Amino acid sequence: MHEVSYLRPKNLADAVRLYRTTAGCRLLAGGTDLMVMLHARTLRPEPRALLDLWSLPELKGVRRVNEGLEIGAAESYTAIIRSPEVQRDLPALVAAARTIGAAQIQNRGTLGGNLANASPAGDTLPVLLAYDAVIVTDRRSIAIDTFFIGYRKTALQPDELITAVRFPLGRQVEFRKVGTRAAQAISKIVMAVSRSPARVAVGSVAEVPLRARQAEAALERGDLQGAVAAVAEDIRPIDDVRSTAVYRRAVTQNVLRELLENVRSPRT
Amino acid sequence: MSDTTVAVGRSVPRREGGDKVTGRARYTDDLAVPGALYGKTIRSTVPKGRIRSITLDPAFEWGRVTVVTADDIPGENVVQLIRDDQPVLARNHGEIRHREEPILLLAAADRATLEEAASYIRIEYDAVPPVFDLDKATELFSSVEISKGKVLEDLEDLEDVEVVERSFRVGLQEQLYIEPQGAIAFPEPGGAIRIIGSLQCPYYVHRALKRALKLTDKQAIVIQAETGGGFGGKEEYPSIVAIHAALLARKAGRPVRLIYDRHEDLAATTKRHPGVITHRTAVRKDGTLLSQDIEIVLDGGAYCTLTPVVLSRAAIHAAGAYACPNVRIRARAVATNTPPNGAFRGFGAPQSLFAAELMVEHVAERLGVSSVDLRRQWMLRLGDTTATGQVLTESVGSELVFDAALKAAPAVRPSDRPTVRRGRGLSLVFHGSGFTGSGEKKLQGTIGFEALADGTFRILTASTEIGQGTKTIFCQLAAEALGVELDKVILAPQDTSLVPDSGPTVASRTAMIVGRLVQEAATEVKERLKREKAPLRVEKSYIQPDSIHWDETSYRGDAYPVYAWACTIADVDVDMITGEVRVIDLVTAVDCGKAIHPVMAEGQIEGGSLQAVGWATIEEIKMKDGGYQNDRLATYLIPTALDAPRIRTILVENPYSRGPFGAKGIGELPMDGPAPAIIAAIHDATGVWLDEIPATPEKVLSACASR
Amino acid sequence: MRFTLNGTAVSLDVVGTHRLLDVLREDLHLTGTKEGCGEGECGACSVIVDGEVVDSCLVAVGQVEGCKVITVEGLADGGRLTALQQAFIEHGAAQCGICTPGMLLAAHVLLQQARHLSAADVREGLAGNLCRCTGYTKIIDAVLACTK
Repeated sequence: MHEVSYLRPKNLADAVRLYRTTAGCRLLAGGTDLMVMLHARTLRPEPRALLDLWSLPELKGVRRVNEGLEIGAAESYTAIIRSPEVQRDLPALVAAARTIGAAQIQNRGTLGGNLANASPAGDTLPVLLAYDAVIVTDRRSIAIDTFFIGYRKTALQPDELITAVRFPLGRQVEFRKVGTRAAQAISKIVMAVSRSPARVAVGSVAEVPLRARQAEAALERGDLQGAVAAVAEDIRPIDDVRSTAVYRRAVTQNVLRELLENVRSPRT
Repeated sequence: MSDTTVAVGRSVPRREGGDKVTGRARYTDDLAVPGALYGKTIRSTVPKGRIRSITLDPAFEWGRVTVVTADDIPGENVVQLIRDDQPVLARNHGEIRHREEPILLLAAADRATLEEAASYIRIEYDAVPPVFDLDKATELFSSVEISKGKVLEDLEDLEDVEVVERSFRVGLQEQLYIEPQGAIAFPEPGGAIRIIGSLQCPYYVHRALKRALKLTDKQAIVIQAETGGGFGGKEEYPSIVAIHAALLARKAGRPVRLIYDRHEDLAATTKRHPGVITHRTAVRKDGTLLSQDIEIVLDGGAYCTLTPVVLSRAAIHAAGAYACPNVRIRARAVATNTPPNGAFRGFGAPQSLFAAELMVEHVAERLGVSSVDLRRQWMLRLGDTTATGQVLTESVGSELVFDAALKAAPAVRPSDRPTVRRGRGLSLVFHGSGFTGSGEKKLQGTIGFEALADGTFRILTASTEIGQGTKTIFCQLAAEALGVELDKVILAPQDTSLVPDSGPTVASRTAMIVGRLVQEAATEVKERLKREKAPLRVEKSYIQPDSIHWDETSYRGDAYPVYAWACTIADVDVDMITGEVRVIDLVTAVDCGKAIHPVMAEGQIEGGSLQAVGWATIEEIKMKDGGYQNDRLATYLIPTALDAPRIRTILVENPYSRGPFGAKGIGELPMDGPAPAIIAAIHDATGVWLDEIPATPEKVLSACASR
Repeated sequence: MRFTLNGTAVSLDVVGTHRLLDVLREDLHLTGTKEGCGEGECGACSVIVDGEVVDSCLVAVGQVEGCKVITVEGLADGGRLTALQQAFIEHGAAQCGICTPGMLLAAHVLLQQARHLSAADVREGLAGNLCRCTGYTKIIDAVLACTK
């Protein structure tokens, strides 16, 4: 058994170079998922090095870019929650970030990590889908709705790293997570909804976080009841340790109905 | 407090508090042991079958590790407890009765070598179909029958009588002490073995160690390290950890640390017994309770552990805190192929009281009366007789706690969230303090008490501090009895080579039974010091009062010396679109006899109450192929600070003449009341009765939908 | 690698991917930081890194290069307990004590970051630290007592 080496890049360009040239290299940001798997030796293939992106200034910060807001891939949820810009422009993202773990996890977890990990239960991922976020990497931009291609599989190239996430402004998104307890819970279902444009994004109900296309089509027509009916067809829930397919289907419909009512009559 | 020698009733600083808030307190895994090896347990991957072969792949250099098999056990291959059914290690070609059953032990200089070695071990099995279903289980661990008066069928004048029948189901629960199981074994000169570990009962480990390693009393030395919670989970299981560590240390000739990680702890160690409890209750239209017919089936898992004693406590509490002239309780515990279930705070009583309390609700509903009024009509009062025929002669706090809780509970206000409905439920429970029946008489727990030459005093007991406050309250009791300042009294370490066997730290017995011995010993020493000079030492053993009678074969008589009582009122929010249940407020009034240390007494009640809230709502274990799916803290969820209700504790002091300064045991009682109160509150909110806990969102939503 | 530990500069030769938890406990012999789960669920291993509470089981030690790390051993000032530690003792917030170091550090950060704290704020701030003994009531009382 070998030690996994630790690589600390000087800057983003150095990180990109190291990631391309180091065999068996995994990216490390806040470590909230990776360090668990590293310690339990469940990472496959077994990594030979971790490349630490955590303190790269290029991957931090919240900034206005053109008509949108850009958040660094290694920015923590805590910074996102505390950012006045995010609070003003992307309140659903703040709401989602606040449901992740508790203080310790929010202080280390990142959007880049949540995306790269691509868990179907990733709490921010439906919000990103509902905002039509754009994932910026070291070489290109990827539309979020083409990003998740299979269970924990993404459209990223093997040596590609996420640098930031961009959000358009002026969209009203509602968010709700249903978990087993009030904090430190992985979701049974998690949802983000926008009325216009019509976006219904759901997590923990399929092998990927998904957009409920039929529900969105109904919503686009102004058919709210139709959207609630259709969302049950859009999702592919299973029974697992956290919940059941039957529950997930029913609650996805119930939560969608609730969120659509909220979007119609925003709470003050 | 003007008189500084008044110690009882004062919330003095916890003895080891300073160490605990500065990180100085040393738990087992905190002890640095130069040259110690790391140990590991290799466990079965099938729930039932026979080991066909064990192969150590020669591709690995086995000289790098110490390997222990069943053949290395010098004594008997038995974990000493009630029945001799549980092996220390499964034998090659031997039987496997549950997943995670220990087969081999490894020790190595570092953890990486251990993991590497483990990957070169191949164990093949001839698996046979396991039994998990209580209805299909054929092997019985024990059975109990309690009967009082007649059965329903033999009663006359049954017109005007309503009979209500209902079944209830309770799930597995993990104790979830935050410090996992662990022990360090040291080989000592003369073939002795010294164990330092995280444990509740040093002499349980001592006995088990002697038997498996063929040691004399003196050769087995067991020392409790600071222990990060127990809740029953460190009553019997530490014997296994200690024997395993000792076998490795003996073979390696070096100290061995065997510290479980959370996954192993969740997957392999004991849980609260799940079970099914069925009631058939007959009442007259005016509410008069005529008869209770109760059947209990508990799932003991693969080995007996403490199951018969758990079943006994479950049965004795099954009729609830009510006076009924005709009672029949038939209880049995069966064997299945899950990991063994064992001791957990409440010890069967939470399971049977859950059913008993909900039965009150169902009967009240049938009669169209308030369940609060029905409880007042039925409750056991001074002079009443319990199901075992015990006449309650003193310290019966039923009405006191009932009134105190009702008075303290604020009016229920509706939730301000449109999809959320709020409801309230109440429960009334009692819990026997100390061992069941003749347990204390048989055990004769003994303490030592010394007056030292320097004017200080030392208490020698095997009763352990596991967070509940033993170290502090024993010193308070002694100081009060002696009339000296608190800092003049110290507690000797929980080390079997130093202290006598005062019995296990379980069964709500430490404060009341052992605490009373401390008080008596201190009183005697005070008297003797009037005539004699220090140093002197006395020993005190429990003597059963002549007034206590118990017949173990008929289950008739005084099941417990006395009972503690509690009334709990729970307010819950139910989200009607998700089925999520949040317990928002909990008021609990407890008759503790006398609060030796009010803050610690409240702490016991609050902690126990939240453990019960978890059991009732979110703590769920799903099985897959005989293993637990919820085998990590990411999947076995306990309440966080955000999930915990506001808990308001009211201590009612209703002294017990033979308790130390009137105190009764309350360690387990708070585990009993919250679950039925919460299920009643869910009904109040939604109109739906759940018969099963935990009340997960899945169950609540499905019950609401099928209404 | 170098970092500041409880106010003192530390220089170590360790593999950077080792968990901060293990380096604290095994290399530096600071065993006040506990391991309860090894996966960021229980908070027993909480420490403070640059003013924020983190689970030290999830931090690679290389990541604290140049950082200020505080463990439970660094809370008391030369043997003098902080008001929070004192409040934990007085209010009965520590029972078995195994969650206490992590709980204290999470609470310490809360008290440092907010001028006013409600009971709800304390609950949210401590939601990453599991306690099985107290029901949290006395812990919340102890923290709130330090806001006055």
